[in-house]
Amino acid sequence: MAKAPSTEDIAFLRERFSEAITGVREGLGEISCYVDPRYIVDVCRFLRDDSRFQFNLLSDLCGADLGMDQEPRFEVIYHLYSIPVGHRLRLKAQLPPDEPTIESVTSVWKTANWHERETFDMFGIVFTGHPDLRRILMPEEFQWHPLRKDYPVRGYDDF
Amino acid sequence: MGIENKVANALPEVLTARLDWLINWARKSSLWPATFGLACCAIEMMAITAPRNDVARFGAEAFRASPRQADVMIVAGRVSKKMAPVLRRIYDQMPEPKWVISMGVCASVGGIFDNYAILQGVDKIVPVDVYVPGCPPRPEGLIYAIMKLQEKIQKESLRNRPDMVVTEPPVMVGREA
Amino acid sequence: MELEQDQLRERARPSKPSTQRTIFAEDASGIIDINEINERELGSTMTLSMGPQHPSTHGVLRLELELDGEVVKSTKPDIGYLHTGMEKLMEAKKYQSNICITDRMDYLNPMGNNLGYVLAVEKLLQLEIPPRAQCIRVLMCELQRIASHLVWIGTHALDVGAMSVFFYAFDEREKILNMFEDVCGGRMTPSYFRVGGMFQDLPAGFDGKVRQFLSEFPAALDAFDTLLTGNRIFRNRLEGVGVISAEDAISWGLTGPSLRASGIEHDVRRAEPYSGYELYDFDIPTRTAGDVWARYHVRRQEFRESLKIVLQCIDKMPGGPIKADNDKVVLPDRDDMKTHMDALIHHFLIAADGFKVPEGEVYVAIEGSKGELGYYIVADGSERPYRCHVRGPSFINLSALPSMVEGSLIADVVAVIGSIDIVLGEIDR
Repeated sequence: MAKAPSTEDIAFLRERFSEAITGVREGLGEISCYVDPRYIVDVCRFLRDDSRFQFNLLSDLCGADLGMDQEPRFEVIYHLYSIPVGHRLRLKAQLPPDEPTIESVTSVWKTANWHERETFDMFGIVFTGHPDLRRILMPEEFQWHPLRKDYPVRGYDDF
Repeated sequence: MGIENKVANALPEVLTARLDWLINWARKSSLWPATFGLACCAIEMMAITAPRNDVARFGAEAFRASPRQADVMIVAGRVSKKMAPVLRRIYDQMPEPKWVISMGVCASVGGIFDNYAILQGVDKIVPVDVYVPGCPPRPEGLIYAIMKLQEKIQKESLRNRPDMVVTEPPVMVGREA
Repeated sequence: MELEQDQLRERARPSKPSTQRTIFAEDASGIIDINEINERELGSTMTLSMGPQHPSTHGVLRLELELDGEVVKSTKPDIGYLHTGMEKLMEAKKYQSNICITDRMDYLNPMGNNLGYVLAVEKLLQLEIPPRAQCIRVLMCELQRIASHLVWIGTHALDVGAMSVFFYAFDEREKILNMFEDVCGGRMTPSYFRVGGMFQDLPAGFDGKVRQFLSEFPAALDAFDTLLTGNRIFRNRLEGVGVISAEDAISWGLTGPSLRASGIEHDVRRAEPYSGYELYDFDIPTRTAGDVWARYHVRRQEFRESLKIVLQCIDKMPGGPIKADNDKVVLPDRDDMKTHMDALIHHFLIAADGFKVPEGEVYVAIEGSKGELGYYIVADGSERPYRCHVRGPSFINLSALPSMVEGSLIADVVAVIGSIDIVLGEIDR
C-alpha cells in the first residue's frame, strides 16, 4: 500500500512554506496538506524539484464540492506521486463559492492540462494561466456544472 | 393455371417468384451493419465476427465503417446526449432501406445510467426494429436479434414501406409471443 | 572476390530499420523529402475531423487534425461522446451498488476496476481480507489483463492492416471469458468482487480449466509472434512512430505499459503492492525507445508475466474463507441466511439499507491493464460516497497523444492510438 512522506519531511515542508501551508491532516496512512490557493504553483514546483520529495508524477487532480452552504465551498485536490522515492502526498486548495479561481499547474506537470479542463467542466473552477480552458466532457453549449451538489442527478429538461 | 406455370413451361430456365419475396430475400441475406460501437456492447459486437460466433453464417459479417455502405445500424452501447445528434446524422446518411438494432439495455432504455448525461433509449431519436436486452447481451443474443430482423425483413412489402416509417411493431427479443 | 560475397551477404541480411525514418511525400514537383516540406511555405493547412464514428479510434473519440499534406501539424482530441456521468451517479448510489458501475468504465478490464474500488472502500472500513480472497482477486485480475491485452493486440493489428490476428486473439479471449462465466455468471461485466471479499467461491474443477488454458495459451502467443513480431511490414509500420521520451512521459502522466516503453520501470504492483502482489514472482518488462514498437513489445511480454502470476496463484491457492469476518458489511452465506435468524436480519439490513462507511478519504491506486487506476473516495459516514473520483489511465494516456503524433503522417495516428490502448468508457466515464 501507498507510503507517505515521513513526519520530518512534512515538518520541513511546513517550515519552508510557513505561510502557504495552512494545515496538515493525517488519516488512514495518507497525508493531506492544505495549501493557500495563492501559492499552489510555488508549492507544486518545489515538491517536484526538491531532492527530498521528487514528486515528478501528478497522479490525479480533481475537484470536490463541500456543500452548497459551505465557506469555502470548493476544493481542488492534487494527488502527487514520486516514482524515485515511492511516496504519495495529497494537496488541497480550498476556494470560495463565488467565482472559484486558482492558478493552473500545467507549467509544472503537462498532464494537469486535461485534469484541469475536467475540473472546470464539472465544477466551474477556473484555472488561470491554463493554455486551453474549454469544456472537455460536456458539449460547449451546456450551461451547468454537473458534479456540483446543487445539480440534480437526472439533470434539467433543457438538455 | 396462373401465368407462372405458363412461363415455367415455356422457359424452364426461368424461376418465378413474388417480387417482394425475392427482394426481401436478397436484402435479408446480406445485411451490412455499420460499425457503430459505443461502449461495452461494442466488444460483444466485435465478438460476433470472431470465430466462436461467426456471424458470416448469417450473411452479416461485412461491417462497414461508412454509413453510406451499410443498411443495418447496431447501436451498441449507451448513447450520451452529446453523441445523440451524431448518431441521428449517421442514421440519416445511411441509404434506404435501413434498419436499427438497439443492442443492450443502455441503448434500449438507458439501463443503469439514469442520469443527466445518457439518452434514455435510442428510440427517442431513431426508429428501432429490434431491441436486445442484456448488459451487455451475449453474442448469441445479438445473432438471434439479427435472425429476428431477417424474419421481419422477409415479411416486409415493397408497397407498404414508405421509407422512414416502421410498418411492423418492434420485436422484443425473448418477449415475442 | 570473397570480400564482395561478404558484402552481398551483408546486404541480403534484413538490416534493422533505423528509427529515424525519412518520410517522403508527393507534390506538384514530384517526390520530395518531408523535412523539406516543413521548411517550405505550402500555404494553407487542412483541418480534418476524424471520428467520432471511425473504426480506428476505438470507440467514439474525435480528433481534429490539422494537416499539411499528409503531415500532422497539430491534433486536438475531442472527447465526451460517451460521457456517462458515472461519478455523479456513484454519489447517488450505495457503496455496494457502485461495483456494477465500475465494471462499465474500463469494460476491457472490469475485474481490475472492481478491485480498485473495493480496495478503496475496504481501506476506509479497515477490513482484513482473508488470503484466499486476495489470491482469487489476483488470479482474476491477471486473467483479465490477458483478456484486455488480447483485445488490444487484435485491434491494434487490425488498425495497421494485419487482419487475421484479430480472429486468433478473440478466440483465446473467449476461453478466458468462459472461465469468468464459470466463477460468477458474467462474461464481460462480471461484478465478481464485493466489499470484504468475493461474491462466491471458485467452482469445483476451476483450477483444471485454468491449467489447461495455461498449457494452450503459449502456443497462441507464439502464433502472434509469427504473425506480427517477425513481420517486417508490421515492424516498419511501428518502429520510430509516436516517440515519447521518458521525461515527457512522466510529465504527461503516462503510466502502465506506455510509461514502461519509455524506459521507466514503474509498476504499481511492485511499487505499492496490494492484494498480496508482494508474494508473487514476476518481472516488469521495459523498453527504452518509447515508440509504438516498444509499447507493442512491453505488452507482448506482459502476456507471459501474467501467465506466470496466474500459475503461481493456482499453485499456491490458500484455503479458508472468501469473505471478511464482519457481518455489518459482508452478506452472510446463502445457507446461513435461510437457517439463522440473525444472519437473515444482517442480510436484510445490508441489502436494504447498505452499510455505513466511517468518515475519511482515501486514494487507492492499482495497476490496471492500461496503467495506474486510482480511486479517490470521500466518505461522510453515510451509506453513499460523498465524492468518488476515478483516475482513468486511458484519460491521461490519451492526453499525451497530440505530442506523440505531431509531425508524423496521418496513417501513423492510427498506429499510435492503437499503441496507447485507450478505452473510451474510462476516458469519458
